[in-house]
Amino acid sequence: MAEFRYIGKRRRAVEHRRFVRGQGRYAADIQLPGLLHVAIVASPHASARILSVNADAALALPGVHAIITGDEMNRELEPMLPGVDAPAVTRFPLARGVVRYAGEWVVAVVAETRAFAEDAAELVEVEYEQTQHVVDPEAALLPEAPLVHPAHGSNIIWNRKFTWGPVEEDFAAAEHTLSYRVRWARSSTVPIETFVATCAWNDATEILDVWASIQMPKFPDQLARALRLAGNAVRVHYDVDVGGSYGVKRGLKHTVLVGWLARRLGRPVRFLEDRLENMRGGDMQGPDRIFEVAMAFGRDGVVRSMKMRAVDDVGAYSGRAPLQLGKPVGAIVGPYIINSVVYDAVSVMTNKTPQEAVRGFGQSPTNYAIETGMDKVARFLGMDRVEMRRRNLIPADRFPYLIPSGTSYDSGDYATVLDKALAAAGHDELLRQRDALRAEGKLAGIGVSTCLEPSGGNSSFEPLFNPKNTTTTWMDSCLVRVDLNGAVTAVMGTSTSGQAHETLVSTVVGEVLRREPDTIRVIHADSLNALPSNSPVGSRMAIMLGGAAAGAAKRIRAKMLAIAAHQFQAPEGALEWEDGDAVMRGDPSRQIAWSRLVEIAHREFHNLPEGMEPGLQEKFVWEVPTGGMIPTADGRVQMYPCHSFECHIVLASVDAETGKVALHRYVVGHDCGVMISPDVVHGMTYGGVAHGLGAALMEKFAFSPEGQLVSGSFMDYLLPSAQEVPSITIVDHCTPSPLTEFGQKGSGEAGYLGGPAAIASAINDALAPAGASIDALPMTPAAIWRALREATPAAPAREAAE
Amino acid sequence: MTAPISVEITVNGTVRRAFVEPRTTLVDFLRDHLALTGTHVGCEHGICGACSVLLDGAPVRACCLFAAQVDGMSVTTVEGLAPARGELSKLQDAFLESHALQCGYCTPGMLIACTDLLARNPQPSEEEIRDAIGGNLCRCTGYQQIVDAVKLASGQEEAAHG
Repeated sequence: MAEFRYIGKRRRAVEHRRFVRGQGRYAADIQLPGLLHVAIVASPHASARILSVNADAALALPGVHAIITGDEMNRELEPMLPGVDAPAVTRFPLARGVVRYAGEWVVAVVAETRAFAEDAAELVEVEYEQTQHVVDPEAALLPEAPLVHPAHGSNIIWNRKFTWGPVEEDFAAAEHTLSYRVRWARSSTVPIETFVATCAWNDATEILDVWASIQMPKFPDQLARALRLAGNAVRVHYDVDVGGSYGVKRGLKHTVLVGWLARRLGRPVRFLEDRLENMRGGDMQGPDRIFEVAMAFGRDGVVRSMKMRAVDDVGAYSGRAPLQLGKPVGAIVGPYIINSVVYDAVSVMTNKTPQEAVRGFGQSPTNYAIETGMDKVARFLGMDRVEMRRRNLIPADRFPYLIPSGTSYDSGDYATVLDKALAAAGHDELLRQRDALRAEGKLAGIGVSTCLEPSGGNSSFEPLFNPKNTTTTWMDSCLVRVDLNGAVTAVMGTSTSGQAHETLVSTVVGEVLRREPDTIRVIHADSLNALPSNSPVGSRMAIMLGGAAAGAAKRIRAKMLAIAAHQFQAPEGALEWEDGDAVMRGDPSRQIAWSRLVEIAHREFHNLPEGMEPGLQEKFVWEVPTGGMIPTADGRVQMYPCHSFECHIVLASVDAETGKVALHRYVVGHDCGVMISPDVVHGMTYGGVAHGLGAALMEKFAFSPEGQLVSGSFMDYLLPSAQEVPSITIVDHCTPSPLTEFGQKGSGEAGYLGGPAAIASAINDALAPAGASIDALPMTPAAIWRALREATPAAPAREAAE
Repeated sequence: MTAPISVEITVNGTVRRAFVEPRTTLVDFLRDHLALTGTHVGCEHGICGACSVLLDGAPVRACCLFAAQVDGMSVTTVEGLAPARGELSKLQDAFLESHALQCGYCTPGMLIACTDLLARNPQPSEEEIRDAIGGNLCRCTGYQQIVDAVKLASGQEEAAHG
């Protein structure tokens, strides 16, 4: 491996220096003179016709500036795009004529303060006539189900059955087959900052300025399109700090509404979601899936083939949600040598809050479904679950490895990571502890998962899921500038929601230029200044922004070396780069210092090689490595370029009387190639485990049969606290990616991709002696308690466990 | 709407007087009236802890108090934790060293909770640290590096976890 000076070294994150002082600048911190505030009147019904809106009393309140309905606003807007080819599934910020979920925005009230706006919103009278609704995704598939969008003609917004390889032959030839069903509940990333959008329109410049807490590819373009503005009339300020996102901070409807209001009223306008608005009407709930899976395998425990049907409930409207069934195509066999696959992906609409992109973009539910099967096969064969995985893991000497769905895995050494995690966990000791707990009459279990994190996010699922979409690039960019005084500034074109991009870019540029990273300034351009970016989605920024920053810095370095060569009348390549100076190979006495090269570039045109532009500013736009492919007719495609791997080992116990789970030991073996910032990688991995713990045990957007969200606050939608999340041990391993600048892979979704599967595995191991099992998340105390009672209806669970 | 009332609150050592609507919460007073935007709003129902401040030295939820309720009292926000301009408290420094944050949104509340803990208990155990921050939700860190930071600040750990 190459010697790095700054990459892989501990370094205090640049961003944190402002955050610990309370000097971050989030969207709610933007103060503009004359700012007006929005409150929303939301639908109380899951499905209804809007008969009338009476705002007279609300308008009469002092400080109220406008009350807007969809009838008034939507005709001036383009609908927001549904992500797949379903033009009849139109979506606007405010409902018009009908509402399709409880919490859908119906009326926007604008007033001098947020409190005044909320006062007025309470006085708006909306008359509804309730219509039939459907909240269960399988019920929504039935022919008699009420249609969420009658104009679309079906509740299925997308469906395709892929067959990759000789599935029927493999099933026919297999010694055993096993079928099961698992349920991944609707949860989300639920950032502590809700969504905030602040917009200001200038009549003279005809520019809409936007400060929003976004993490979204192509946000300015979509915003301009929806508002029927030219792209250069929308300026999104990416220097806003975003208080967490992990996928969901899209907020297009919020910003379309606020942008339209700012322009209409000629005043700056802000909308700041309260927590219930965020949970119910913020359109940020995650995948909600039913998997039906069959595995074909031999006595040896090797899984030859898999059939998977995934029904995903996207809620009442569609953005990119159906595409969350698409990313798993690129890791549909997990880390295993499964030879053939059927994947039947069904995206269905119901009268519930719309789904948005969540950390992993659908991969964590899929990993959970696959891992559940691996455990079931092991249990069926009476085989140790670790041994069973060993027999199925792709061997290290077979990379790059082509999986049946057409994606090539770049590199990995899964068995070694598994071994390292087991060693760190003290596997034998763990077994002893489990058995000791069992001997005390407790329910205890060990969980294991071996999962992939596809990373480097390109957009191959777009053309795969929509033949009209021919997107084959998902580039990212960086510009590096050296000023007259020799200081380095790097410009990136997206906002950051906790991923420490300023730290990433300055480390990478410092590495290439051999300049101290803390002297390198990184700024977030606005969208009119920025080079193209596709935002930090799909675990891509270490790869894509890191690669772009390195590319731009290398161009700067090459230019400075060319200037030096010209000074010495030496051929290009005669000089090398040492500590930021150009030095003649083999003769260190002949060198030109950084400061002198800067001076020549900026001031001395007569000393520049012929044809060279003066100044020191270079950009680099990087296409995703392995990108550029249109899918084959049978739906094979290279999805993401890089493939990180994680192995989780968990020791859990379950209180048989209450169903409460305790995690006693948690180890993650993790390989994301070369780590540019180890603290950042570890931090994300710890956080991903905690988020996975939430999805596995605690978090659920539960809906009543009437379609009412019953977990809209933090008192009923439970986020893991420091008391639920155990101490976690991370064991690093590094197989560099051959596709990236420094060998890095992605890690933004680490921990979350294997955590739920491993925790579920531990609980089912704990419940097994009691004859109970659960194949649905979250495994809440109530769910576990019920499973124990159902398994042993005649006897208390404690006896059954003995 | 009711007529504004007068409040006098000492914030980070400076006496601040203002007329506020009686229903103005303490966090809105700090953010909107004093432009102290370091204190964040996460849930507005007292669960997440992002809005935590010290009230006469004890941590409270600024979203669940009215400004009028703390009339005559003393409030410390994240902006008031450093001993002097350009410096950091030992805890703030440890948060940096241990990478105890990511997006930074819960961080002010975490710092308040941990400042209070260390004032009461200079050598807390891991369990005591987890208990002290149990009412502050963080979605980024999984809490581990926060625990590390508090240990570091209390002189119990030489180097951070990383």
